[in-house]
Amino acid sequence: MALLEVRDLSVVFSRKGQSPFSAVDGVSFSVQPGQTVGLVGESGCGKSVTSLAIMGLLPRRSARVGGSVAFEGTELFSLSDKEMRDRRGKDLGMVFQDPLSSLNPVVPIGLQVTEVLERHRGMARKQARAEATELLNKVGIPDPTRRLSEYPHQLSGGMRQRALIAIALACRPRLLIADEPTTALDVTIQAQILSLLKELVAGTETALIMITHDLGVVAGLCDEVNVLYGGRIVERAERHELFAAPRHPYTHGLLDSIPRLDAARGEKLSPIRGSVADNIPWDGGCAFAPRCPNALRTCVEVTPELEWHEGRLLRCHNPVQPAALGVGSKEAR
Amino acid sequence: MASKLMQRRRDRIDELAAGADEGVSLAKDAMRRMARNPVAITGASIIAVFAVLAVLSPVLAPKDPFIRYNELTDRLRPDAIPGPMPGFLLGSDQNGYDFFSRLLVGAQQTLIVGVMATLIGVSIGIVLGGLAGAIGGWVDTLLMRFTDIMLSFPSLLLAISIAALFARTSQWTVIIAVAMVAVPIFARLLRGSMLAQRHSDHVLAATALGVHRRTIVFRHMLPNALGPVIVQATLTLATAIIDAAALSFLGLGDPDPVRAEWGLMLANAQDYLEVKPELAFYPAIAIIVVALGFTLLGESLREALDPKTRR
Repeated sequence: MALLEVRDLSVVFSRKGQSPFSAVDGVSFSVQPGQTVGLVGESGCGKSVTSLAIMGLLPRRSARVGGSVAFEGTELFSLSDKEMRDRRGKDLGMVFQDPLSSLNPVVPIGLQVTEVLERHRGMARKQARAEATELLNKVGIPDPTRRLSEYPHQLSGGMRQRALIAIALACRPRLLIADEPTTALDVTIQAQILSLLKELVAGTETALIMITHDLGVVAGLCDEVNVLYGGRIVERAERHELFAAPRHPYTHGLLDSIPRLDAARGEKLSPIRGSVADNIPWDGGCAFAPRCPNALRTCVEVTPELEWHEGRLLRCHNPVQPAALGVGSKEAR
Repeated sequence: MASKLMQRRRDRIDELAAGADEGVSLAKDAMRRMARNPVAITGASIIAVFAVLAVLSPVLAPKDPFIRYNELTDRLRPDAIPGPMPGFLLGSDQNGYDFFSRLLVGAQQTLIVGVMATLIGVSIGIVLGGLAGAIGGWVDTLLMRFTDIMLSFPSLLLAISIAALFARTSQWTVIIAVAMVAVPIFARLLRGSMLAQRHSDHVLAATALGVHRRTIVFRHMLPNALGPVIVQATLTLATAIIDAAALSFLGLGDPDPVRAEWGLMLANAQDYLEVKPELAFYPAIAIIVVALGFTLLGESLREALDPKTRR
């Protein structure tokens, strides 16, 4: 049985006096124990909303969530508020994007770690403090005893993110959702944090959902990759297959737009034309069609379905042919 | 030569590193910045002097402020009130009490009224604003419409109306009236910053960890939302003192003319402005200086706590 089974997840934001806005539409995927799954896409494609919906953190009043999310066979959406609170932090952990704003500025780091331990593992203050020291040590924070009594602003960015990871992993959740955990950090720290995450989930049953816009992160970490566009999955493949031969024009464009070291001098970057529209119309055509170099007539008339296509899921009428990748090996990493 | 330079450089780096490592919480940082700010020091000094005088006034007063002295009453004429004379630093007031001693004791009264009124106002305001911000929904709507109504009255008019509700006026009438005027201000202020906290990342992160709602409100929202309230409380101390004096002046305070209170002294001096203007002048100056002290401190506290002015 899959650890997490997301079926047909949809999120519609509606506000009085505004037309409803569909942020996520029919997203399905599953996560096996110990597996790392990537959700990739540009800003506004519904990655974060998907993760918040799984955690049950979307505002009840303005967000309508549909579909089902089953965690070890338990339907999360049917749980009461209290039952859901008991699971958050214990079964489902989450690491957020901005480590500074995700930590309470007026509470020392130590208390923010022990808080979870006391809440979910019923530890006494003293025992929790010892465990917190252990946790900070595990995520590579030097001198953890001193750091426990310090405030978030006294830690460096990388250390803050380490602390957040320590908090998220404090109760050994079976699923960890990392929502762009490296975006707010500089490159050298990014690499450290990624290898830390990799190390922490490797060899354990903890599954990881990695949400990112950075394909480099995905390449190094994920077993399976879901590419999102306009609130729907447009391509899903095993990591190596996806990078070796991206079939959806959007995925292809994403990979193509990465600057490369071996590019010839003066060679221009190749961006994807246009930008994500606010409310993407999937009805009556492909949402990516206006930006797609491969667009056909059918693309603006018939909505493509997510279908099996040579061992991967693909939502496209006119996928990129592997041969059309040009200098074949260039794309393979 | 070169090694000497290197050594000096190394020392300097060590020094910087040691300095940077010191633990500073938000409060400590604010205190440190306040200590460097001359405005804050001025305000704090005024308040310190005022507080010392208020506490020690019964000891410091050269004469008993509640006894009429024959030396003074003998010389009271409808057209003349004795000025400074040996033993009586500022002479007599209109009733034959020692004016200087009464001014000193007045500090105590003023401090009690100002602090009590502000404390009560802050406490009730925090409860109401905290409830509105933490629970939201109809509780929020109800409480905020209530504060809207309270705020729509001019503050002094509201204070007078509240004071007028009491059958017998006393010192507490003034305190409660002034406190009630402050309540909606604090309630609204705290509610606003609680709402801002509610949508902050660290509250979302705490929610994602399954932390109890109670803990989220008291540990993650309230302490972060209190900053503006503390600043406002300091500023309110100033207005509370002025409002209390105004209420006494209008005769809504303690009716006992023996009580030494600056607002009351000011009110009673009205009829003797031509005979001895100092009777009104000194209490008025005292009120102004104390209010200024609290305002200076409050403003510099606001500055010290404001992340935008951080260097």
